[in-house]
Amino acid sequence: MRRMSGFNLVSLTFGLAFLYLPMLILVIYSFNASKLVTVWAGFSTRWYGELLRNEAFLDAALVTLKVGLISSTIATVLGTMAAWILVRTGRFFGRTLFSGMIYAPLVMPEVITGLSLLLLFIGIGLDRGILTIVLAHTTFSMCYVSVVVSSRLTSFDTSLEEAALDLGCTPWQSFRLVTLPIIAPAVISGWLLAFTLSLDDLVIASFAAGPSSTTLPMKIFSAVRLGVSPEINALSTIMIGIVAFGVVIFSLVSKRATARQLQEERDAARAES
Amino acid sequence: MRRLILILVPYAWLLALFLVPFLIVVKISLSDVALARPPYLPQLDLAAGWAGVKDFFQQLDFENFTFLTSDDLYWRAYLSSLRIALISTVLTLLIGYPVAYAMASAQPEWRPTLMMLVILPFWTSFLIRVYSWMGILSQNGVLNSFLLWTGVISEPLTIMNTEIAVYVGIVYTYLPFMILPIYATLEKLDVSLIEAAEDLGCSRASAFWLVTIPLSKPGIIAGCFLVFIPALGEFVIPSLLGGSGTLMIGKVLWEEFFNNRDWPVASAVAVVLLLILIIPIVLFQRNEQKNREAGK
Repeated sequence: MRRMSGFNLVSLTFGLAFLYLPMLILVIYSFNASKLVTVWAGFSTRWYGELLRNEAFLDAALVTLKVGLISSTIATVLGTMAAWILVRTGRFFGRTLFSGMIYAPLVMPEVITGLSLLLLFIGIGLDRGILTIVLAHTTFSMCYVSVVVSSRLTSFDTSLEEAALDLGCTPWQSFRLVTLPIIAPAVISGWLLAFTLSLDDLVIASFAAGPSSTTLPMKIFSAVRLGVSPEINALSTIMIGIVAFGVVIFSLVSKRATARQLQEERDAARAES
Repeated sequence: MRRLILILVPYAWLLALFLVPFLIVVKISLSDVALARPPYLPQLDLAAGWAGVKDFFQQLDFENFTFLTSDDLYWRAYLSSLRIALISTVLTLLIGYPVAYAMASAQPEWRPTLMMLVILPFWTSFLIRVYSWMGILSQNGVLNSFLLWTGVISEPLTIMNTEIAVYVGIVYTYLPFMILPIYATLEKLDVSLIEAAEDLGCSRASAFWLVTIPLSKPGIIAGCFLVFIPALGEFVIPSLLGGSGTLMIGKVLWEEFFNNRDWPVASAVAVVLLLILIIPIVLFQRNEQKNREAGK
């Protein structure tokens, strides 16, 4: 496929504009001085100030961050274990059910996942709060982690692990010293994915949260239900900024890591010859 | 022994927090509303032994499901969810295919950047991306102001709180899911096949229809399912952009649970939604498996 015609250029420009213009407009209007969101009344950072003074938002942000950090970390551990089981262990009782339970949450509508977890929490009499949101988020994000990690596990050479075992490693040592460094990029992407999914989730958190714990998406949702709000524009701009910053840093770091790896391989090849 | 523990931990987690909750939903969908909290009957009384279990099963009935068929709100909600999901999938395909095609035709050194630009919106909050359209589509929003200013229209258009706004929202948020699988098949496409078709007398358009489209079919099918399946149970988009006039089953379930507090009916709605979803999910998995075997 190598033909860049005028039509291709137009559809590419149109497609990317469609993806980015709405967010750009949101960012521009977050600096609008007017309370009427659609009337431009000059540049101002007023809404950012109001946002920082709004303690309800700060509290919600703190809850969201806490839930995200805890749930993505547990989900990464459980998801990596699940990926290992799917790829490396042979047959065991109930294997089909297990892989079904890994893939089903990926396509399950959020309203159903949320409803079923809430009914469970009420059924066993668990008080709803941060703990229940963490449990809910861990459950669905561990499935995403295990998909990401298992694709990396399938593509790597098992003889490296066997060599480590032959040379006297315990299974745990061979995992820690050989397997983990190789699958580390996938584990890190899995963690990042789980973390973003947790920060982003509105529906499941709404079901799992109690009256005392509100996450940021829940706060945003109840604020914008009735219309556009300038404070939410400011908050969105901050969140978009953090993601953009994170992605730039991450791609720079991974580019440097790839370059270093290539250099090392080249050096090794030279040393051999 | 160690292997057993390794298997047991994630297994037990998923059983307790995925399978058991789902069975509870099925059970409650077969129960009756009770006035006490939690509002459903019967309760499984294990202390009563076998008699308790028997009693429990005798009290279950399909009343909630008959209720769903008798009230046409639910019928209309399921049908309009299917219609909205179908139309938005087609729209996403029509917009996504040219973009994927253009990406695959770009210089190889540009492709990773283009791919990152398509994936990047996925990392920003879904809720914020939907919300960004509220300021654009509303009565005195950016789009209407722009169109009035250019003189294309003289009266503001009503887009917000209609089904059109829901289509815009679904196409916008799920576009990357359509572009990426199509791009993946187009990128691997052998250009010499198209050149051969043109050498043998095909026009460029008919070479596109007869060679490119059929060869990118696996990507098209995967993309369509990836948009259709989540769109069917969507809650956030219809409730922010669709207004009260747009019926979608995810929204009905939410309202049944939070506003009407009718848990058995909400559970029955969930069970039926899942039964509808099983068909596209099974078809999707079969398509994926076929692709994997073809790839080997």
